Amino acid sequence: MTTPSTHLREDLDSVVIRFAGDSGDGMQLTGSQFTAATALMGNDLATFPDYPAEIRAPAGTTYGVSGFQIHFASIDIMTPGDAPDVLVAMNPAALKVNLDTLKRGGLCVVNTGAFTKGNLKKAGLEANPLEDGSLDPYRVLALDITKMTLEAVKEYGLGAKDGQRCKNMWTLGLMFWLFGRDRQPTVDWLKQKFKKKPVLADANIAALNAGHIYGESAEMPSGIGTYQVPRAELAPGRYRNIEGNQATAWGLVYGAKLAGLEVFYGSYPITPASSLLHHLAKLKHFGVTTFQAEDEIAAVCASVGASYGGQLGVTGTSGPGVALKAEAIGLAIGVELPLVVCDVQRGGPSTGMPTKTEQSDLLQAMWGRNGDAPLAVLAAATPGDCFYMAIEAVRIATKYMTPVILLTDGYLANGAEPWQIPDLSQFEPFPVNFRTDPEGFHPFVRDEDTLARAWAVPGTPELMHRIGGLEKHHDSGHISYDPNNHHKMTKVREAKIAGIQKDLPDAKVHLGEDSGELAVVGWGSTYGAIHQAVEQVRASGKRVSHVHLRHLSPFPPNLAALLSRFDEVMVPEMNNGMLDKVLRAEFGINAQGYNKISGQPFYIGELVAAIEARLAGKNPNQMYDAHGSAHGAEA
Amino acid sequence: MTENPKLTRKDFASDQEVRWCPGCGDYAILAAVQRTLPKVGASLEKTVVISGIGCSSRFPYYMSTYGFHTIHGRAPAFATGHKLANPEVDVWVVTGDGDGLSIGGNHLLHLLRRNVNLQIMLFNNQIYGLTKGQYSPTSTVGKVTPSSPLGSVDQPVVPVRFALGAGAKFVARGYDVSKKLGDVLEASYRFQGTGFVEILQNCPVFNDGIFELITDRKTGPAYQLWLEHGKPMVFGKNSDKGVRFNQATFSLEVVDLGGDITEADLLVHDETNRTLAFLLADMPNVVALGVLFREEGPVYDESVRTQRKLAEDKFGTPDFEALMRSGHTWTVS
Repeated sequence: MTTPSTHLREDLDSVVIRFAGDSGDGMQLTGSQFTAATALMGNDLATFPDYPAEIRAPAGTTYGVSGFQIHFASIDIMTPGDAPDVLVAMNPAALKVNLDTLKRGGLCVVNTGAFTKGNLKKAGLEANPLEDGSLDPYRVLALDITKMTLEAVKEYGLGAKDGQRCKNMWTLGLMFWLFGRDRQPTVDWLKQKFKKKPVLADANIAALNAGHIYGESAEMPSGIGTYQVPRAELAPGRYRNIEGNQATAWGLVYGAKLAGLEVFYGSYPITPASSLLHHLAKLKHFGVTTFQAEDEIAAVCASVGASYGGQLGVTGTSGPGVALKAEAIGLAIGVELPLVVCDVQRGGPSTGMPTKTEQSDLLQAMWGRNGDAPLAVLAAATPGDCFYMAIEAVRIATKYMTPVILLTDGYLANGAEPWQIPDLSQFEPFPVNFRTDPEGFHPFVRDEDTLARAWAVPGTPELMHRIGGLEKHHDSGHISYDPNNHHKMTKVREAKIAGIQKDLPDAKVHLGEDSGELAVVGWGSTYGAIHQAVEQVRASGKRVSHVHLRHLSPFPPNLAALLSRFDEVMVPEMNNGMLDKVLRAEFGINAQGYNKISGQPFYIGELVAAIEARLAGKNPNQMYDAHGSAHGAEA
Repeated sequence: MTENPKLTRKDFASDQEVRWCPGCGDYAILAAVQRTLPKVGASLEKTVVISGIGCSSRFPYYMSTYGFHTIHGRAPAFATGHKLANPEVDVWVVTGDGDGLSIGGNHLLHLLRRNVNLQIMLFNNQIYGLTKGQYSPTSTVGKVTPSSPLGSVDQPVVPVRFALGAGAKFVARGYDVSKKLGDVLEASYRFQGTGFVEILQNCPVFNDGIFELITDRKTGPAYQLWLEHGKPMVFGKNSDKGVRFNQATFSLEVVDLGGDITEADLLVHDETNRTLAFLLADMPNVVALGVLFREEGPVYDESVRTQRKLAEDKFGTPDFEALMRSGHTWTVS
């Protein structure tokens, strides 16, 4: 990055920007507006909103810092990036929390107006980092954004408090100028948002423009220029940005359409799953009923009740909610009704870290119920993949008359990526045939192929029957305590789920050969980071492959054979080791985990180091558990 | 629904052997339901009985209709989801004092405040039967049970008062062997919204005879106040007792008719008066039976359907392709 110029823009392949400020500073809005503008420029992008659990934590504190990271590029990218190239710090706490992650030589934009004695103290800083040399390794743009914003909005007569609120738009205007983004979509959005208070729209637009004009006209310190990131070469087609929960919601609706069913979504608000309910509540005209239940248990029970009534019962939640729903999911397994449970995972145990991401519900999803209670478990790999996996969840639930748990996580739920709008003709309908024929009917009469029981909806003449949680006789559905029958029914329930495997695609080797020295096996939202790490390690000639699982129960048909062709199997997970345990138990292979449990997604760099350590015969976990360098930097 | 003369009580009985204890009040309740359903014109295929866990919750297995024996305390939630998904059917929820007021108290509260169009029968025997005799949330203070050998110190909940407090719009009470139980159930069925019926039920094994004074043919009339809307509150074998409002204590009192107290001094039942229903819910020396409270109001499942219809009218035919293309999109060529 060289000479400053307002006319010539330096080309960059890829940029990572992290916006950070108080949770009341509007950083999530700033980030999402920058994302929208960037998508329209045709860049590939990935985002990572990282916010505290407190809605408005005390201003100025480190635990109230809210961040939004965006990675955009002219090349294909899959993660929100490791270390930011640019850090925007709206106050001392935001600088303190994020400075360590900024690349050396990276650009640090600081709002000096917030560096008051009081704010420094709240952030626990003894010296002012603007003065004590802490910023020496970086290029610094220190501006009194507060003051310049108030100046820009003065004519609108807002008080100091409302006026200051516009400083995120001033900052956004400056960033738009630095990276050559179009302001108009944000202007349109502000007009829409403040339709009823046009003065606020005008003030925010004025702040946005003022930030941009500042960039155009002010003399920039040496080393700070303007940049452009050319369009990415994406596959031809129509694109939009999509977040994981939105994609899940749409997949559920479209999956139900393919099944010929209406959706019943019972849910209780919980971070980070609540927006599933918000998205679906807006889609009533697509045959969706949403039910905000009194608690997690009522939410799943109402959904099972709806499935008994011939709709697609769906419930969405996060880990603590899955724990509460366990008994009802067990009932759905016992009475063999379709049910989709979306588990948007977060840090645990218990309340854990509600706004941080984690993959620690895998074992709960697979086995977290009383009794022998198997079900299907799926996991989405990217925000856009949530759409496809939600459809797959509906397909399996209705074809096999079983609950399906779809695992996503906070990172997928809130992260956005450009998404090629799918061609809907690629999806084969899988219509449900409700039982109407009384001939030979009892509620547990099964399809020979799938072992799914007949789905007879109350209201259907001559098919009256009773179902319940008590064990049922295999040949009548009546209550049965017969020892042999219970053994048989347990085996049938197991065989039905195991039999889904015949209906699954083979596990794909996403990168590399189908045999070699090391298979890096992942599932869920770690897809992008693992993929790019494996790519980097392979560039140095190592025989490493990336296998990513979207079906976790049952596993894809070829998985055992595939993994047996590798000398070693490494399983990176954002938990304390779960899939590695399952692979060892199922296949008797030496699968070893690499585990990050910080509530933050993997960095590509740390995965590269871990894979290399593993290839060198070391345990990569010891490397980090010992001094926590890579993890500790984020705390 | 039109009267279906072809069906009889027997048509509503399933082929399963009823497995309640001999002498259990549940038999009489089952018979009352099986008598009432043909009377109100219910059909087998459009009747769904949903229960939780407990002795009473075995009920669906003995009906020849559709039925769902669910999990402990959650029947109201299953029933709400079912009614929303399948509005054409009649839903009857069966629960008990433990199932409905202990583990499932929360769901009962929310079912009642929402006013989902279904009937709920709460069998109150003031004891946990299926787990062999522990005290329940309706057991009286001092009740000696295996889990309260020195007597229960829990203050009991009064089911109809709980229902009234939750905002229930139809609250009634009957007892297992009452000839009028069918009439009470029919009234709950006719009501648009949640028809809540507490049924006093004898558990001959773990809590025998707790309601005997009320239900015994000889002593009963002196304790049963059958309510009729618009009628003075008279009861007793010879209609010689009544209920009067005591303005000084703001409570109801039982008085003997005759002398200077006449029917004109008695309260006239107004089933639309929730305050009165609260006073009737828990009176000393007499039990109010029949419909304590009834008030028409918005029905939850209808409101949900109306909203969906409004959304359909507003947004027209759903177009999934258009949904995916809404907002900012761009073309890569």
